[in-house]
Amino acid sequence: MSIGISIDHIGAATGGDRGGPAQPLLTVNRLVKHFDLKKSFIETLIGGGKVVRAVDGVDFRIMKGETLGVVGESGCGKSTTARLLMHLIAPSAGEIVFDGETVGSPALPLREYRRQVQMVFQDSYSSLNPRLTIQDSIAFGPQVHGVPKIESISRARDLLARVGLEPRRFAGRYPHELSGGQRQRVNIARALASKPRLVILDEAVSALDKSVEAQVLNLLMDLKDEFGLTYLFISHDLHVVRYISDRVMVMYLGKVAETGPAEAVFEQPLHPYTRALLSSMPSMDPDHRTEEAALVGDPPNPIDPPPGCRFHTRCPQAEAICARTVPSLEATDGRETACLIHEPGSGHSRADAVIYAA
Amino acid sequence: MNTNVSLTLPAPTAKVEAIERSPGFWSGVIAKLMRDPVALGACAVLFALILIAVFAHQLVPSDPYQTSMIKRLKPIGFDGFPLGTDELGRDMLSRLMLGTRLSLFMGITPVLIAFVIGSGIGILAGYAGGLINTLIMRTIDILYAFPSVLLAIALSGALGAGIGNALLSLTIVFIPQIARVAESVTTQVRGRDYVEAARASGARPFTIVRVHVLGNVLGPIFVFATSLIAVSMILASGLSFLGLGVRPPEPEWGLMLNTLRTAIYTQPWVAALPGVMIFITSISFNLLSDSLRSAMDVKS
Amino acid sequence: MIFYLLRRIVYTIPIMIGVAFFCFLLVHISPGDPLVSILPPDASIELQKQLMRLYGFDRPWYEQFATWFWRALNGDLGTSIASGRPVATEVMRAVGNTLMLSCMATLIGFLFGGLFGFVAGYFRDSWVDRVASAFSVLGVSVPHYWLGMVLVIIFSSWLMWLPATGAGPGGSGEWAWDWAHIQFMVLPAITMSVIPMGIIARTVRALVADILAQEFVVGLRAKGLTDLGIFLHVVKNAAPTALAVMGLQLGYLLGGSILIETVFSWPGTGFLLNSAIFQRDLPLLQGTILVLATFFVVLNLLVDVLQTTLDPRIQRS
Repeated sequence: MSIGISIDHIGAATGGDRGGPAQPLLTVNRLVKHFDLKKSFIETLIGGGKVVRAVDGVDFRIMKGETLGVVGESGCGKSTTARLLMHLIAPSAGEIVFDGETVGSPALPLREYRRQVQMVFQDSYSSLNPRLTIQDSIAFGPQVHGVPKIESISRARDLLARVGLEPRRFAGRYPHELSGGQRQRVNIARALASKPRLVILDEAVSALDKSVEAQVLNLLMDLKDEFGLTYLFISHDLHVVRYISDRVMVMYLGKVAETGPAEAVFEQPLHPYTRALLSSMPSMDPDHRTEEAALVGDPPNPIDPPPGCRFHTRCPQAEAICARTVPSLEATDGRETACLIHEPGSGHSRADAVIYAA
Repeated sequence: MNTNVSLTLPAPTAKVEAIERSPGFWSGVIAKLMRDPVALGACAVLFALILIAVFAHQLVPSDPYQTSMIKRLKPIGFDGFPLGTDELGRDMLSRLMLGTRLSLFMGITPVLIAFVIGSGIGILAGYAGGLINTLIMRTIDILYAFPSVLLAIALSGALGAGIGNALLSLTIVFIPQIARVAESVTTQVRGRDYVEAARASGARPFTIVRVHVLGNVLGPIFVFATSLIAVSMILASGLSFLGLGVRPPEPEWGLMLNTLRTAIYTQPWVAALPGVMIFITSISFNLLSDSLRSAMDVKS
Repeated sequence: MIFYLLRRIVYTIPIMIGVAFFCFLLVHISPGDPLVSILPPDASIELQKQLMRLYGFDRPWYEQFATWFWRALNGDLGTSIASGRPVATEVMRAVGNTLMLSCMATLIGFLFGGLFGFVAGYFRDSWVDRVASAFSVLGVSVPHYWLGMVLVIIFSSWLMWLPATGAGPGGSGEWAWDWAHIQFMVLPAITMSVIPMGIIARTVRALVADILAQEFVVGLRAKGLTDLGIFLHVVKNAAPTALAVMGLQLGYLLGGSILIETVFSWPGTGFLLNSAIFQRDLPLLQGTILVLATFFVVLNLLVDVLQTTLDPRIQRS
C-alpha cells in the first residue's frame, strides 16, 4: 500500500547524515542554564538577586541511532536540559553540536535544526491545540517548513495510520475527544511529521496507564527502527528507562553524575547516587531486596547548591574532601562518573583502592 | 530535497478520501445557544431592535422631528400618539424607534473598536512577555486606576460634547479592560505545551500567534467584550444624559431621558420610557453574554 | 508581610504619577487655548503673552507638569475659573458629601447583595437561586440614573413620602444626622446601592457555592457539625473576598456617582464635575478628577493590604 512507501521515505534521514555513524548525532558541551529568581524592585536597583542553577555545566553525547535515557529526581535539571536542547529557552552558556555543526551557526541555523529535532511532552492534552483537528496539528510542523497544505495533510494521515490511529476516524477529531494514550500517539505522529533525526521524549509515557504505557513504548521502539531515529528519553521511571535505553545518563542537581551503557549502569552503578537511586527501585525478586540505605530527604536547593560534590550532603561515603573538591566526569571503558572515589589520587580514602567495585 | 520524497506519494488521492469530522468549536457553541431559551429570547429582542434601527425611517408612524406646541407632553395612548409626546410635542414612539439607531451605535461601536485594539495590545503584551509586557501593562494600569464612569466623563468633559468625542472617550475606557483580559489569557495560553511545540517546530512568532494563540484567546476575550456592551450602552446614554454625547434634536435614549427630566411630575410614565428602552437593551446584552460565557465554558 | 506592604506602596507611586499626568493632560487635550476662558475677549497680544508667562504655558510640557504636580502635592490644585475660589477647597467640601452617600450606598448594597448572594449560593439551583440571580442581572443592567428618576416618580411625585432632590434644609453646609436631613439621602443612596448589589450578590453566590462544594465542608458535615457551624465556616471563608469586592465597589461609586448626583442634585463631586463641564472650568474638572482617582487608588491599596492580612491563603511575594 502507498502508506508503506511513504513511511520509508520519511525514515530516510532527510537532513543528510554528514559525519558517518561514528560521529555523535548530538554533542553537548558545558551547557549551563541559570534562571534569575524574580527580583524585587530594590534588588534590581542594588543589582543583587539570586539564580537557580537548574543546569550547571552538563556534557554528554548522543550517538546516532541510540536511545539515551536520562534519569534523576525531580528538579535535577532533566526537563530544563530537554528545553535547552530544543532551544525553547536560551542557554546561559555552553554549546550544542548537531552532527558536527554548532547549532545556531551559519552551517546549521536554528530553524533547520528545529526541523531535525522534535519533542514529545508529558502532558498529552496541553501539548495539542484544542481548537485544531488532529490532522491540522500534525500537519502544522511540515507546513511551517514549506510543505504544501494538501501534501502535509496526507502525510499527517499516513503518520496517524502508522501510530495506530485509523485516519478516517481520527484525522478530523479534536484532542478532547481522544483518550490520553491516543493523544500521546498523536503527539508522537506530530513530532515525526517534520522528519526529524532526533526525538526528545520528556516524560512522554509517564502520565499514561501502565498497559497503555507499554503499548506506546513498543510503538516508539518500532518507529525508531523504521525511521532510523535517535531518542533522548527522559523519565523518572527507572524500569521504563532500563527497558528502552541503550545508554543511561544520571543527573543530580543540574550536573551529570554518571553515564554508561544501560545494562552496565543498572547492574553495576559506579556513583553512590546512582546506587542509592537504584536501590529505591522496587524489585520483583525477594532475594534482591533493597539493602543499601535509600535516599533520605529532598535534594538540596539548587539556588544554593552544596560546595564540592553536590551529592556529599546525602552520600553515605562522603568524606571531608567531598565538600571541597568538585569531582570531574572521568571516563573509563565507555563509562563516565563524577565521583572522587573513582578519581585516582583525588584524596578520598577509597579512591585508589576502588576503581570498579561497587 | 523533502519535496522530492513527496513526489512518490499518491498524495492527491489521500486528500480526497473522506474522513469523519467532528463539529468545530464554534458550531458547538451555536448549538448550545440554540438550546438555551434565555439566549434565544435575548437574541430575538436584540434582532428586533437592530431591525428597527436599520429600517427606522420606513417604520416610524409619524415624523420624529415634527414639533407641536399644542400637543406637548401628552400621555400614553393619546390619539395618534400611542406612547404620548415629548416636551416639544414630538411623537414618542417614533423618536424611541429612531433613537434605537444612535443608542445602539453609541453602545456597540466603542466596545467593537476597543475589542480590536485592546486584543491587539493585550495579545502582544502577553505573547511578547518580558519588558514589552511590563511597559504595556504598567501604562494600562494607569488608565485602569480610574473608575470607568469617571474616566469616560473626564475625557468627554475635557474633549467637549459630541458623538465623536463620546465614542473616543468610551473606547479609551474599554481598551485597558479588554487589554488586561487579553493579556492574561494570552499569558496562560503561551505557557501551554502546544505553543512550545509550535516554537520547537521552528514556526515564526506571527504564525504561532495566528494558528495557535488567536483561536484559543479570542473566545474568552470576546465573551468579556460582550459583557461590556451593556455597560457601554448605559455609559453612552449616561454621557448623552449629561449633555456630553449626542446633541439635540437627534433622538437618543439618554438624551431623551435628560430633556424629559423636567416632565417627571407632569407625565412621569412618558418621561421614563427612554430608560425602559436602555434597560431592555442592556438586559438582553447581559443575558446573551452570560449564555455565551457558559456555552463557551469560559471561567469568569 | 511588612516587606510586601512596602513593595505594594512603592508600586503605587508610579501609578499615582501616571494618574496625575493623565489629569494634567486633560487640560491640554481639550480643544482651544487653555487661556481662552479666562482671557477677556478683547485681550491684546501683549496681555496674552503676559498671561502665558504667568501661567507657565510658554515653558516645555515637562516643566509645566513638574510645577503643577509639585503644587498638587502641596494641596494647591489651582483656582476655579467659574467661582474664583481655590479648587482644593471646593473639591474637599464636595468629597465629604459624595463619600457619605457612597458609603451609605455601599453598605446597603453589601447587606442586601450579600444576603441575596448567600441565599442563592446556599440553595444553589433552587428557585430562590434563580430569583436572586435574576435580580442581580437586573441590578447590573439597569441604567441607574433612570432608576433614580423612577424612584423619584414613585416616592416623591406619587406617594410623596420622600423629598426628590437636594441635601436638606440649609444645603450641604449644615448636614446633620436627623430625619430632616437623612430623608434626602434615602433615594439617592438606594439608587446607588443597586450597582454594587448585583455585583456583590454574584460574587457571594459564587463564593458560597464554591466553598460548599469543597471537600472540607463535606468532611465537617460528616463529623456532625450543625448547620450553624457550617454557616459560620462559610462566612469565615467568604468574608475576605466579599469585603474586598465591597471596598472596590465603594471606589467605583465614588467615581461613578456623577449621574446619580445630577439626578438628585446632591451637592457632591459629581455635581461639581457637572458644573465644571458646563462652565468649561478646566482647573476644577482636573482637580476633582485627580482627587477622586487618588481616592480610588488608595482604596485599592487598602483593600489589597487588608485582604492579604485577613486571608492567610493569599501568598503575595
